[in-house]
Amino acid sequence: MDKKKIKKQLLTGCEAAGEAAIHAGCKFYAGYPITPQNRFPEYMSKRMPESGGVFIQAESEVSAINMVFGASVCGFRALTSSSSPGISLKQEGISYLAGCELPAVIINMNRGGPGLGDVTPSQSDYFQATRGGGHGDYRTIVYAPWDVQEIYDLTYIAFDIADKYRNPVLILADGMIAQIIESVKFKKEKKKLPEKKWALTGCKGRKPNSIKSLFLTPGVLEKHNWKLYKKYKKIEEKEVRYKTYFCEDIESILVSFGTCARICYESVKIARENGIKIGLFRPITLWPFPYNELEKMIERVKKIYVVEMNLGQMIEDVKIANKKNLPIYFYGRPGGGVPTPEEIYNFLIKNGSNL
Amino acid sequence: MEVIYKKPESLKEEVTTYCPGCGHGIIHKLIAEIIDELDIREKTIGIAPVGCAVLAYNFFNFDVTESAHGRAPAVATAIKRLLPDRVVFTYQGDGDLAAIGTAEIIHAAARGENITVIFVNNAVYGMTKGQMAPTTLPEQKTTTTIYGRKVNYHGYPLKVCELLSQIDGVYYLERVSIDSVPNIIKTKAAIKKGFLYQIENKGFSLIEILSTCPVNWKMSPKQALNWIKEVMSKYFVPGVYKDKGGQNG
Repeated sequence: MDKKKIKKQLLTGCEAAGEAAIHAGCKFYAGYPITPQNRFPEYMSKRMPESGGVFIQAESEVSAINMVFGASVCGFRALTSSSSPGISLKQEGISYLAGCELPAVIINMNRGGPGLGDVTPSQSDYFQATRGGGHGDYRTIVYAPWDVQEIYDLTYIAFDIADKYRNPVLILADGMIAQIIESVKFKKEKKKLPEKKWALTGCKGRKPNSIKSLFLTPGVLEKHNWKLYKKYKKIEEKEVRYKTYFCEDIESILVSFGTCARICYESVKIARENGIKIGLFRPITLWPFPYNELEKMIERVKKIYVVEMNLGQMIEDVKIANKKNLPIYFYGRPGGGVPTPEEIYNFLIKNGSNL
Repeated sequence: MEVIYKKPESLKEEVTTYCPGCGHGIIHKLIAEIIDELDIREKTIGIAPVGCAVLAYNFFNFDVTESAHGRAPAVATAIKRLLPDRVVFTYQGDGDLAAIGTAEIIHAAARGENITVIFVNNAVYGMTKGQMAPTTLPEQKTTTTIYGRKVNYHGYPLKVCELLSQIDGVYYLERVSIDSVPNIIKTKAAIKKGFLYQIENKGFSLIEILSTCPVNWKMSPKQALNWIKEVMSKYFVPGVYKDKGGQNG
């Protein structure tokens, strides 16, 4: 069937993100097999050539990210995907992308860690995603989708944002979103992409271009890094995304992201049915984190709850937003465990959300 | 008056940052001359390594990108696949290509990527001031083998041309040297062949060039040239290791 005519389709998160990339004009994908995102390279091996792009199964995660680097150097929209241990290996390349100010999109279908961990959904790479992961003073824009439609939507815009700021964008999803099958509504295929005068295409009719992150002359790197800083400040100002649910009349707030937030939504619904005045705050950009928006929400409540599929990582950002110094109650499932809505509801009750 | 010699257009007006007697200057010039001769300056994209030649974009008057240590063949792979009508080459040292980037070079070769690799072998880590390289010779003294490289402790040097000659995806492999004028002429011919094969869409070429690092070898430039001839060339034997386009292909 002609893919161009399809407007809606049942897809896994891997496939949806892949379709989004193609619809956003991505012409290059390099990847390496790792569970739980094996469907990603499999799908792209078929779809990239079909859509006039290049697919390469790289010899390593390191090579895959450096191929993406090369694709970005010559001005093409490029994507790689992996899962936690693979993303660790890509960090050198992500640091170079940031240093060289090259756009690229990287998708992490987070599995349990540390080390080889397991292959089930996890949110344990929050620190790695939001605090850099690689070496040097840099930032990566991080989107956290909570379902298959949203990984499509966020991947679709991630390419624009990456180009706009000439910065890598990371999508932090997990093994749940990677493998679950849901209905996805497609957006229009992007035809007109931004011009990249800085790209290396051969210097016909212009002076040679160079791409680099090495600045040996004293003071020059410092100047470069202040320039990056200004860019990061602008991103913090302009690109924050979040959503709130059941927040009209609240006495407490539950903060959660990604798959975990989707489960929390059900827990809050149960709480509401039981007359508990609790709302859900869901950061969609993990960096820039919605500090100001969460702070305003915290002003209206007496208690804060944080639920994550890890040992407590986003909670550090919630603490920064918690200028009121309210008590924060944490419930975590590290190691690939996925909580149920009832489990989270019981945690809320146990910690006095009904009082 | 007729101009019989001039600086290639593919080189910028730039003061060199290479040490006295270093081979990079000669090799840069050869590449620049070939790019001029083939009239491909405006469609060439170079990939610089990590090491002394990282600053290649300061000297080459065409598009050049940096790459992470050892990753140049991966970067080149993507560029060439996306822009198949451009001429794409990597310029890599022995630490970059034969140690930290071994996986990248072997797999770019195995995929038969249509790129040209200029591999500068000077048997030492130059930029970091002379540590043992994957191509440091047995008994050669470096800052991390102060009593000489002992093969039973430090292992053996890696012979890249011999290694890659076993890979089906490789089209052309030659080891040359810059120790004398005749050999410099041979080096130029080998590099040119590598570029031409790419232009003809033949596939993967690698030219290994035995080059000098007098400062880290603790020799004068003249002694260094002699050392290539008398010592290095005996272990890393120059010659054509594979040429699918040649008579023995």
